[in-house]
Amino acid sequence: MQTKAVVDRLKPLKSKGIWGILPVVLLAIVIVLIANFGTGIKTESVAPIEVLDIPKIILTDEGFAVHVFNSGPEEVTIAQVLVNDAFWNAEFNPSPTMSRFGETEIKIPYGWVEGDPYEIKLITSNGLLFSGEVPVAAKTPEPSAARFGQYALIGFYVGVVPVGLGLLWFPFLRRFSNRGIQAILALTVGLLFFLVVDTLQEGLELGAEAPGVFQGTGLVWFGALLSFLFLLAMDQASERKGARSGKHVAYKIAGGIGLHNLGEGLAIGAAFATGEAALGTFLVIGFTLHNITEGVGIASPLLKEQPTWRTFLNLALLAGAPAIAGTWAGGFVFNDTLAALFFGIGAGAILQVIYVIGAMILREAKKSASPSMSWLNFVSLTAGILLMYATAMLVN
Amino acid sequence: MMAHGYEPSDENTPGMEAAFKALTTFDYGKTSTRDGRTVREYKLVAMDTDVEIAKGITFPGWTFNGSIPGPTLRCTEGDILRIKFWNGSLHPHSIHFHGIHPTNMDGIEPVQPGSEFIYEFEAKPAGMHLYHCHIPPLSKHIHKGLYGNFIIDPVKPRKPARELNMVMNGYDLDLDGENEIYTVNGYAFAFQARPIEVKVGELVRVYLSNFTEFDLINSFHLHANLFHYYEVGADPDARPIYTDTVMQCQGQRGILEMVFPSPGKYMFHAHQSEFAELGWMGFFEAKG
Ligand SMILES: [Cu+2]
Repeated sequence: MQTKAVVDRLKPLKSKGIWGILPVVLLAIVIVLIANFGTGIKTESVAPIEVLDIPKIILTDEGFAVHVFNSGPEEVTIAQVLVNDAFWNAEFNPSPTMSRFGETEIKIPYGWVEGDPYEIKLITSNGLLFSGEVPVAAKTPEPSAARFGQYALIGFYVGVVPVGLGLLWFPFLRRFSNRGIQAILALTVGLLFFLVVDTLQEGLELGAEAPGVFQGTGLVWFGALLSFLFLLAMDQASERKGARSGKHVAYKIAGGIGLHNLGEGLAIGAAFATGEAALGTFLVIGFTLHNITEGVGIASPLLKEQPTWRTFLNLALLAGAPAIAGTWAGGFVFNDTLAALFFGIGAGAILQVIYVIGAMILREAKKSASPSMSWLNFVSLTAGILLMYATAMLVN
Repeated sequence: MMAHGYEPSDENTPGMEAAFKALTTFDYGKTSTRDGRTVREYKLVAMDTDVEIAKGITFPGWTFNGSIPGPTLRCTEGDILRIKFWNGSLHPHSIHFHGIHPTNMDGIEPVQPGSEFIYEFEAKPAGMHLYHCHIPPLSKHIHKGLYGNFIIDPVKPRKPARELNMVMNGYDLDLDGENEIYTVNGYAFAFQARPIEVKVGELVRVYLSNFTEFDLINSFHLHANLFHYYEVGADPDARPIYTDTVMQCQGQRGILEMVFPSPGKYMFHAHQSEFAELGWMGFFEAKG
């Protein structure tokens, strides 16, 4: 009796279930057909498709260690290695043949000369060429406690110190009237707007260098969009619980700028790791000057509150300390793909902060019944962009 | 520990085998007589062939009879030559011989894929000549590999010698108009990994030509010895130069004669260091 009832209920379910499965089954059949019989267009490619990426070349006392990554669709075998237009001995670990997404390390004994440029060419068995460049030969810094400390100090100088100095303007900024505070918020939007553009550009540049299969430039956009939406969602969820404080906004700005400064750290670390010490030093000076303006941006939402010293310290660390992590990552484990993603996330975070401050300006303007885009605000915003533009020129 | 530099493999790969075959193989054709004169018939087939040009590297070549360079054709001055050319490639080709012959046998007319043409002319003058495809774009058809040496022996034979055939060339792998690999007889470092064995005191004669595309000149330099150089070798009264280095423009060629005074390994290479390190380097090994 009971059994029969169960069967009866299953029957209609079973026949309806077919309509859920049928499209999936048919799709699978279509895919199998395409895979086996092709699309009707000539499927065999004219030239062999081989794609090798050289993410890293390490210089040691013995020569070069070249990291190779097969990001193409097919197995690739490296037949010969050339250094500056000469065939050269090479040892492959584990093997000269790499399967799809396979990696290998090539050890090349070579008496390189410090400061000279080198080009390492790999010739595959199909006669395709892939090359990696050492723009300026210098021994690759080995991770050591001393190096670690040096990089941390550089990150500290570039990130925490200037942001902290910028925050010192707080008492001065406090003397401003309501309109003046609006203007400072507009200035902040200008500063941040420049940073978004700058961060996106850096990210896209790095993304273009990353292995094609990872779609580096795409990662920047996805990262930016998702981080923007994620922070927006967090905001809107917490908004329901209570009004947002200026301190809250300041932390958000500091967080967004922190991700931006992580990128600056990456650039500095990578410059030192690739032997371009002069560039590295230049970047340190440029970024330090540039970052002092970020302190102003972080302080601006706090002008109507009574923040403690502790808050300032935390803000300076949140915005500045990622530069230390960035310098480590850039100096020891630089990876174009991950760096591009970080830049994207950073850009999204800054964008979301612009959105929040924009809303603050609108609210303040409404309260005082003044235009939200007053001439003063417009001039401040422009000044923010110009200020960043001028200090950024020191770096470029 | 691995040495700084490059130690080529001496493995007998297809490319290595082809290079050694080209070194000592001369194609005298199928002989018959007509009105008391020697007639030599050769068969050349143009085809699209993947050839090994360095250890493990394959090049999509256009070849005569499947190799780069093509076979070395050899005859004696005054012979009647019949070269049956069958085009088995996907592109029109031709054979243009250097030397004196009727203009309708000059090989500047295309022979279409799947068809045949017979070049017939009298072999003259004596000397060391060349042949190659002469269809535009010329640089493409030559760089791809359609060329070879063409030796017309004088009626009064040259002194007996150990004879070697060498064609200098280059390969542009990424089609940027510059060669990435340079070779003699089509395979990088062939005679460095496995030196050419000669005897101390014997006369060694090298038929040397240059088919390097994209570079203005190529050169031949011999270590620890000198050689006599006969440009083209057509004028028996011409005085040879005595040197250790000669250079040749594309299409230039000549005969080198040398004797190795004592046992040892005598290096030879292009004196453009770049060419040498990119494959054009080898050894004669003289044995007592
Ligand atoms: Cu041709």
